[in-house]
Amino acid sequence: MIVSSALRRILPTLVTVAAMLVAAPTNAAPEDDRGAMVRMFQSRFPGVPLDDYVYGGLMFNAAARRHYEDIMAFPPFEPDLDRGKALWETPFRNGRTYADCLPDGGRMIAGRYPTYDAQAKRLVTFEMLLNDCRSNNGEAAYRFDDRDTMGVLTAYARSLSDGMRMDIRVDSPEALARYESGKALFHRRIGQMNFSCANCHVTNAGKIMRMETVSPALGQATHFPVFRGGDSLYTLHARYTRCMQQVRAQPFAMGSDAFNDLEYFHSYLSNGLPLKASVYRR
Amino acid sequence: MSELLRIPADRFEVNLPRLAAMLLLTATCGVHAAEAPGRAVAHDQERGNCLACHRIPADPAAETLATMGPPLENIRQRFPDRTQLRQRIWDARAFNPETIMPPYGRHRILTEQEIDQVVDYLHGL
Repeated sequence: MIVSSALRRILPTLVTVAAMLVAAPTNAAPEDDRGAMVRMFQSRFPGVPLDDYVYGGLMFNAAARRHYEDIMAFPPFEPDLDRGKALWETPFRNGRTYADCLPDGGRMIAGRYPTYDAQAKRLVTFEMLLNDCRSNNGEAAYRFDDRDTMGVLTAYARSLSDGMRMDIRVDSPEALARYESGKALFHRRIGQMNFSCANCHVTNAGKIMRMETVSPALGQATHFPVFRGGDSLYTLHARYTRCMQQVRAQPFAMGSDAFNDLEYFHSYLSNGLPLKASVYRR
Repeated sequence: MSELLRIPADRFEVNLPRLAAMLLLTATCGVHAAEAPGRAVAHDQERGNCLACHRIPADPAAETLATMGPPLENIRQRFPDRTQLRQRIWDARAFNPETIMPPYGRHRILTEQEIDQVVDYLHGL
């Protein structure tokens, strides 16, 4: 076998790099992605504390932020949270409840999802976890796009994890494949308008679209569902759907693998940031 | 009015200033607006929707704070050749592959005639 001298010179390096890739924890690539995005935003918006990214476009505008705080003091969407709480507390027909079924009684857990379940070989979102509780207790699963059931339930159930820091793990090659699929979708240009998620929420975050500041991708996944205009409930997947409609693409279904993968990547970006579900957005 | 009623609730807030501007425009210079079909195409959220990304400082009816794209000003100086301006609207990727400007012609977001009208409007500012 003829090996060129140049290749022979770099061969030891290649072997070392290959060995490092095999030995490195699977989180390495996602952690590089997240670190690069944090550094990029922090150099573009110096002095903004990382935790402030959970406020989305409000982080750039003190007046809008005060308006937000005023509304959050007496949220107009309180009735929806109450309905969610009622669903959460009403026992299944077998007498068990979501709190009985979920890890840690369902408190301070939402930031661990999506997670890859290696045994079941599937990516599990928080909403899928809620539906698993229903199915395992003999109840019909809720539709992921039904605001009156899954919508209000998750708006309440996620709020039980407020203050938890996002803690998404990508710890197997199978999990990494789902993460990479979400990352690819995040960067793919789609629709008649030809936009990717990154075009607006990375490259142009902080700029103004018509009257509203475009939020950075960092921090977005920490605060869903949102109540736009005070009472219009958008789960994260409903927001993805709206984005796809705005770029005139055919949206994926809420709860689809494509949206779950996107949520996995998107949530990983917010690792370390504090969760606060069910917030007001304009 | 029927068009107004069809605007989704989450866009209504954004639409009020635009509606006010349109009414004002109709009241003060309705004839001129009718003479500039390109302005209607450029301002219409379902067609050009230029104001989502661009300010148009020379047009007082262009109600927007947008900074996504550069302000549309000094167009004649920047594009003395109308063909170049038209090409940028038709598919700006020919000039910058990374652009976020939607390819209005290639993706048939606007008709060829509407693109001509928008070029007329921008060149006439």
